[in-house]
Amino acid sequence: MNPEKIFLCRCEDVTLKQVRDLLDQGYTSPEEIKRILRIGMGPCQGKTCGLLLQQEIARYLKKRPEEIPLPHARPLVAGVPLEAIAEAADDER
Amino acid sequence: MNAEILIIGAGISGTAIAWNLARKGQKNIVVVDSGYPACGATGRCGAGVREQWATKMNCLMAQKSIAFFEQANEILEYPDDVEFKQEGYLILACTPEEDAQFTKNVALQNSLGIPSRKVTREEAKQIVPHLNEKAILSATFCGKDGHLNPFKMTDAFYRAAKRLGVVFLFPETVEGIDVSDGKVVAVRTDKRTIATSKVVDAAGGFSGEIAKMAGVSIPVYPERHEILVTEPIEKIQGPMVMSFSKNLYCQQVPHGSFVMGRGDPGAKHDHDISSGWRFLDEMAKTVREFLPLVAKLRVIRQWAGSYTMSPDRQPILGTVPEVEGFYLACGFSGHGFMFAPMTGLLMSEVILGEPTTLDMTELSLARFHQNQAIEIEKSVV
Repeated sequence: MNPEKIFLCRCEDVTLKQVRDLLDQGYTSPEEIKRILRIGMGPCQGKTCGLLLQQEIARYLKKRPEEIPLPHARPLVAGVPLEAIAEAADDER
Repeated sequence: MNAEILIIGAGISGTAIAWNLARKGQKNIVVVDSGYPACGATGRCGAGVREQWATKMNCLMAQKSIAFFEQANEILEYPDDVEFKQEGYLILACTPEEDAQFTKNVALQNSLGIPSRKVTREEAKQIVPHLNEKAILSATFCGKDGHLNPFKMTDAFYRAAKRLGVVFLFPETVEGIDVSDGKVVAVRTDKRTIATSKVVDAAGGFSGEIAKMAGVSIPVYPERHEILVTEPIEKIQGPMVMSFSKNLYCQQVPHGSFVMGRGDPGAKHDHDISSGWRFLDEMAKTVREFLPLVAKLRVIRQWAGSYTMSPDRQPILGTVPEVEGFYLACGFSGHGFMFAPMTGLLMSEVILGEPTTLDMTELSLARFHQNQAIEIEKSVV
């Protein structure tokens, strides 16, 4: 299949080709790739693409996937409207 | 290994300094970082750039830096895009004191050629239609200000420096700086010793620790600042909306998401960059008050980074009297990203012994040792 048409990150529309191009340019850490391509920075926060990115980097570096660190997981676990957070904070007073 | 010039830190400042030196023909430049480019404060910042400051020095640093950003893609021959969007900063005056101070700020800015202006509540509402204008007294606006992608801007300097032969070593952690007879002679890392007579401390939040390795004490400390990003939506807000007294900055970035942050007056002076609930609560309440429409959006991620605070909220750039060959580029107090083109230029001039584009007295470490009054920048969130 054409790597230009394979999407690793569905939230941010990042293709396999974009990831492979960056790997070829020497960007091999998931944190760097995330920051340049926005892979894993969308609403699902890398829950789908994180492992795919890990596999792709491992394949490129000829390592095992578990040797490649996953990008940092950051809060929140799921999207929450700011308004809901503000209302909850009001209730605490 | 040896280096003519060794730069510690591959954030926006370190990469900008490396590129400026390399483009002037300097050879054998090495940059060391314990992580990767922009992994510290740069990659965690709010992505805003502005010319609206309250001190003349900060105004000039910002003005000349923005002139560079306008042409950064071309100058650095960047194959991607640094995403510079000039749709202004709307800075809200929420107290009579702020309203009066902003009149002075605009007069200073205009005298330097910065096209900022005072605007009424109603005008502010025209600029940002979803602004709750009842919460403000007035505002200032400057259309030259805007957004710039911190990852891409750093990547642009990094790639351009690499093309000119700069060597980047990472992940590699500096563990010591050897000084002999008052001169820098080597830098020790966890992987090797690099002989060098010139070291630049561009280590952001860790610049105090790095300086200490060379036996230099500098009046800076790291301070956690938290930030969050929402889901992306279609474009509804051009400028950054900012308030110093209400502790808020909030901008819709070209990608469509809103990035917003605030400081914590009670933050400890340490390297903590964890995320907390208290920030989320306070941020949500502040946005609901000033930009109620934006409060409908979902938060998808929060993070934090270190400001490196200096006593007057202006950077510390240049030499240190005690140690020959040790240079400082630190203490940016939350605006190192937007000053980077000038940081790079001025540092390259100092290191190469050239006349400097701006008078460096006000930026020198020595300003804190003389018993003279220093002008403190108040326009910081």
